[in-house]
Amino acid sequence: MTDGPLLDVRDLRIAYTTRAGEAVVVRGVSFQLNAGEALGLVGESGCGKSTVALSIVRYLGRAGRITGGSIRFEGRELTTLGETGLLAIRGRRIAMVYQDPMASLNPVMTVGRQLMEAPMTHEGVSASAARARALAMLAEVKLADPEAVMDRYPHQLSGGQQQRIVIAMALITGPALLIMDEPTTGLDVTVEAAVLDLVRELRSRHHSAILFISHNLGSVVRVCDKVAVMYRGELVEDGPVRRIFTNPRHPYTRGLLDCLPTLGSDKRQAPLVPIAGQVESALVRSPGCGFAGRCAHVEIGRCTSRPIPSATVREEPDHHVACVRADELSRWTRRSGADIAHEAGAPGEPMVAVHHLTKTYEPRRRGLRGSRAPVRAVSDVDLAAARGRTLAIVGESGCGKSTIAKVLSGLEVATAGGVTLDGVEVGALAVDARSPALKRKLQMVFQNPDSTLNPSHTVGYAIGRALRRLQGRAPGDLTGGVARLLEVVKLSPAMAARKPRHLSGGEKQRAAIARALADEPVSALDVSVQAAIVNLLTEIQAAHGATLVFISHDLAVVRYLADTVAVMYLGTVAELGPVERVFTPPYHPYTEALLSAVPVPDPDRAVARILLEGRVPSAGEIPPGCPFATRCPRRIGAICDETPPPVQRFGDHRIACHIPGDELRRLQTALVEPRPTGR
Amino acid sequence: MSTPIAAGTLSGSSPATSRARTLRRWRRRIALLGESTPATVGIVVILAWVALALLAPLIAPYPPNANDMTALAHTTPSRAHWLGTDHLGRDILSRILWGARPVLVIAPLAVLGAAALGSLLGLAAGYYGRWIDLVITRACDIVLSFPVIILYMIILAHFGSSAWNIIGVLTLTKAPIIARIVRGMTLDLREREYVAAAKMRGESALYIMLVEILPNARGPLVVDMCLRTGYNVIIIGALGFLGIGLPPPDPDWGGMVKDTYGMMMVWPHMALFPCAAISSLVVGFNLLAVGLRELGLRD
Repeated sequence: MTDGPLLDVRDLRIAYTTRAGEAVVVRGVSFQLNAGEALGLVGESGCGKSTVALSIVRYLGRAGRITGGSIRFEGRELTTLGETGLLAIRGRRIAMVYQDPMASLNPVMTVGRQLMEAPMTHEGVSASAARARALAMLAEVKLADPEAVMDRYPHQLSGGQQQRIVIAMALITGPALLIMDEPTTGLDVTVEAAVLDLVRELRSRHHSAILFISHNLGSVVRVCDKVAVMYRGELVEDGPVRRIFTNPRHPYTRGLLDCLPTLGSDKRQAPLVPIAGQVESALVRSPGCGFAGRCAHVEIGRCTSRPIPSATVREEPDHHVACVRADELSRWTRRSGADIAHEAGAPGEPMVAVHHLTKTYEPRRRGLRGSRAPVRAVSDVDLAAARGRTLAIVGESGCGKSTIAKVLSGLEVATAGGVTLDGVEVGALAVDARSPALKRKLQMVFQNPDSTLNPSHTVGYAIGRALRRLQGRAPGDLTGGVARLLEVVKLSPAMAARKPRHLSGGEKQRAAIARALADEPVSALDVSVQAAIVNLLTEIQAAHGATLVFISHDLAVVRYLADTVAVMYLGTVAELGPVERVFTPPYHPYTEALLSAVPVPDPDRAVARILLEGRVPSAGEIPPGCPFATRCPRRIGAICDETPPPVQRFGDHRIACHIPGDELRRLQTALVEPRPTGR
Repeated sequence: MSTPIAAGTLSGSSPATSRARTLRRWRRRIALLGESTPATVGIVVILAWVALALLAPLIAPYPPNANDMTALAHTTPSRAHWLGTDHLGRDILSRILWGARPVLVIAPLAVLGAAALGSLLGLAAGYYGRWIDLVITRACDIVLSFPVIILYMIILAHFGSSAWNIIGVLTLTKAPIIARIVRGMTLDLREREYVAAAKMRGESALYIMLVEILPNARGPLVVDMCLRTGYNVIIIGALGFLGIGLPPPDPDWGGMVKDTYGMMMVWPHMALFPCAAISSLVVGFNLLAVGLRELGLRD
């Protein structure tokens, strides 16, 4: 290996040819990566971070091309390397891991064959040697029973397992550089934590350098030594993780940190500060700072007239920032609120109450023989959301939280037990059977911004239709109402004429909220929203007294937004209580594991992590005793497997566990940071 | 990368601005079609035939059924008869021009009928599922399992052959294919969250199917309709060839081939020119379908 950095990117420029003209998406990016180092590349979507990664292996597609600069890898220039030279490097010296593991794995080949392929084609080793390597690699990525996994097809594995296999495939040839593009986005928290830990561990063992691309600062902290923040195709700030997180100098970096809910904050103390506006188009830009249009500290003229050079931060030689005002800005402090407990205000009568709710699904009969046992998605759940408050339901995928949402909204009907909405029993009422008044009371904001709005309809039509149906407005009398609702969710009235594909993810989410708000429903039901929307929901709740049932797996957002939290596991409630009680010991062991898995964007806080072994049992094979017993790190014996756990009540806080509450408290330490007192 | 569109296009929704917007959108779509070579060629071929059919009364050199007895001695192409005459002395060019008219009416109308019927069946089957799905899919399978030509012969022999009957037969036999396509897409689209949102607003099933689901299935549907129009042109030709097409003596491309194919060895032009007319129109529709699919994939 030559001296100098493993990867040396200098003044890289990349442009895409689009219908609307030439778009320069990367403008002069430089960074170095030494052998064995990990660099995190962060920024909002559309800032060019993936383009940089793809350009390193020259996967830019037909529309993109490198217009300037150099990429040197192991002393070789990659920007001008021919196709044969690239083949020798791709997969062998540089490996990539993408966001969706299913897209990287061939669905018709067994895992084993896919793993053996790279050593056999790239290094010409024999099949038996490749097989041995594959088995060793599977053991290294901590897949139980590698022999069995080798013969499986990708669809027979869970998302977390698939991503481990992709990582194993990437590492099997011993690459010098591993590029990971949002490798954990889309995985459950506990799985994400385990994968990140794995990456960190493998890195120290294999001495592969890692280029880690993510929008999640929390996961970057877990894996990387250095961070580079990108905005509109430029590096605005880079330096060691600790420096960036304790002393961010660029307003954009600060914005990213400020709009991140952390486990210690909630909506009453510290409102999240989203960065105003959104990433602007690459087609139009002024000569100056790319962030000027959204920056709170902008000085027209100084910031906007000429390009901003990157400069070293005073007294921090390894920390660079591209901001003319970096030295003038005061030191950044983590947002923190006053150390006050919630105003305990008497909980009102419940707006939404779930009592002894059970929902089972009859599986389709397979073939002519026999019906299978019904699948229990939710069993005997009790919950309530008080008027004007927020109830959060958290848990991993498959825990039954979405089923509860469907029963509440009438898309499914309860099998047993019931649901009351403002005192009216609706558990057995499908949506068609509900009166217009009831329909109006409950609207839903859906999870996936891409599927929540009909791509064939304009935003105005979608909102207008909701106004017509729910408020009985005349077709000619909608424009004003639509504009007003768009204003409530902070979108411009001009958006009404647009189709969803012309909207960004956040805008789609807002439009969906506007649609659900038609007629100011008393309760809105929400599934996993992005942090930027969280404030909006809080404001709307304050202004209209809406009750929110918030379904999410993002504990930091839940901590921030919820008044009451229900932690669900396999269709049962493991823990329920006011948010501050649920987030402090004693926890249910499952809550404890979830909390410890949350990526914390703070390098100074090392959290003892509890990794859950095994996988979530499927809803058809729920253990007879405690549902969590098969994975519980605090399992105390056979009693856990055989007897359903008693529900222990501490006032309005409930934990379903065999371990007494006092004992739990003694065993557990506070995982949530104590409220910072003005750092 | 999202297409930048002018902000502030919505200044109220007066009919004038909305008409201007629709116009602009169509102009953009047509410009888009121009980006695909197959689509452009297809459109040109189809429009040329439409123009020829419309102008037939003006540009056809002879009435389609007029017999030129003097030409009988010399049926091959000549200055008087560019494409020659048939065995009865009728001008082939004029007959082809006039023969384009029924084809260009029947083929698209039958496709529209099949699309309407098939979409409704497919939507109902996919959206409701259960026994409705079972009945509709089985019924479609039964229709599709018949050898179509025999089916046409039975039906047209029974009801007599007229333009409307041909449209009816083509509608009935093509609808099951469209229904299958639409059903498949409905199965996917009905799980979308905007459909759940519509249910929660209390929309009727018909609204959800027609307004929420169908527009999102239109891409593949339009491509298929285009292909099917081409196939219909072939079938209309085949029906004419079998003698159950449009009643004589009015010109019909398939009928023209039937009347003259026996003389193929002596005077090949009599059958070849109508055949070429059929092929060119079919190729036109196929190219348009290919182009539309290409553009659909790119979007």
